[in-house]
Amino acid sequence: MEKRIRVLVAKPGLDGHDRGAKVVARALRDAGFEVIYTGLRQTPEQIAEAALQEDVNVVAMSILSGAHPHLFPKIVKLVREKGLTDALIIGGGVIPEGDIPALKEAGVAGVFTPGTPTGDIIKFIKENVK
Amino acid sequence: MDIAQELLNGSRLALSRAITAIENEYDEATDIMRKLYPHTGNAFVLGITGPPGAGKSTLTDRLATAYRKMGKTVGIIAVDPTSPFSGGAILGDRIRMNDLTLDEGVFIRSMGTRGSLGGLSQKTADAVKAMDAFGKDIIFVETVGVGQSEVDIVKAADTTMVVLIPGMGDDIQAIKAGILEIGDVFAINKADHDGADKLNIELNMMLDLDGNMNDWRPPIQQVVASQSKGIDELIAKIEEHYAHIKENGQLTIRRTERTRNEILDILHGSIGGYITKKIVATGKLDEYVQQIKEHEADPYSIVSGIIKDMLK
Repeated sequence: MEKRIRVLVAKPGLDGHDRGAKVVARALRDAGFEVIYTGLRQTPEQIAEAALQEDVNVVAMSILSGAHPHLFPKIVKLVREKGLTDALIIGGGVIPEGDIPALKEAGVAGVFTPGTPTGDIIKFIKENVK
Repeated sequence: MDIAQELLNGSRLALSRAITAIENEYDEATDIMRKLYPHTGNAFVLGITGPPGAGKSTLTDRLATAYRKMGKTVGIIAVDPTSPFSGGAILGDRIRMNDLTLDEGVFIRSMGTRGSLGGLSQKTADAVKAMDAFGKDIIFVETVGVGQSEVDIVKAADTTMVVLIPGMGDDIQAIKAGILEIGDVFAINKADHDGADKLNIELNMMLDLDGNMNDWRPPIQQVVASQSKGIDELIAKIEEHYAHIKENGQLTIRRTERTRNEILDILHGSIGGYITKKIVATGKLDEYVQQIKEHEADPYSIVSGIIKDMLK
């Protein structure tokens, strides 16, 4: 059996900063994951549909525009509605500490802010992926 | 859930899960394929290959968009290489196809090559069948055209299109790459760049040298995928080839040959898998390795010994 952890790295919202997403994508690849990267400015609907078609185990969202309180919960909801009930959903970017509890409440399992070593993200995925 | 039945009922999630089962070689994959098989054979399978950066994904996106306008449903399987070092992969073909994501008539799946020994072509072929059974009219299989495994994948196609771009080196490169033999249709992408006409001439000269051409000379179409130029003309050539092989019986021959290879591949895979599992389970593998290391035996004798034991 050749199971691989498949991760969708998604950039919702309108900011054009994908350096972080690319660094994470590269680190996840080097950890042996299959990373599907869909590029900038994705709508929540596009992200959820891509997650469905790719049957990913993890959806990793990156946002730097400040729209996370609106977009992250919406994506969680849409991904679940598609039937991906087990997918691990995580997020990262410039996210104020105060926003994190609400995001977790909405179903974002892990939130990673600037300065997080990529190793922490890999560890979190390995420990929590179903 | 009954994945095969749900898939046949039109569930996109079931299609997605079926491909996962195929890719990960889950036990249920065999059962799924068994149920789907009677519903396959209706789709037109177009293989798309060419060197990295030739614009295969962008071209696939434009072709798929055009086929959608013609009312056809589309499946896309985009294969990208797995890193031989980490086993991971970055599958980025979707970046060029974002406009198709929300079209319900399109289903895109990215696959990593995962370094499986020859097994990839079988998995890709099964993924194609899953999309076929799902009811897709046309299925694109897109892969980097370097190496045997990629050529094998492309062999699963009814029509194979090779995408080339100007400025990749002289005509000797085209011969070396060996891709001339597999192209039924050639697309010269980025034809607005210098050297497109020269490449066109060189390709034609190469095709002139090909003695194996019976009644089909692969046509060449210049396109600029990023500007959607030449797409309709390219589709006309693709369709012409498909009609041609349908008419002269080549399609039946190709598909028969494919079925033959399929039986042999599955047979090899099953027997190989069975024996490997047994040997690993007995724990003798390390013993054999040790024997070879100590020069007490050689791998050939050990393997024939294993086979003799198995066939008892």
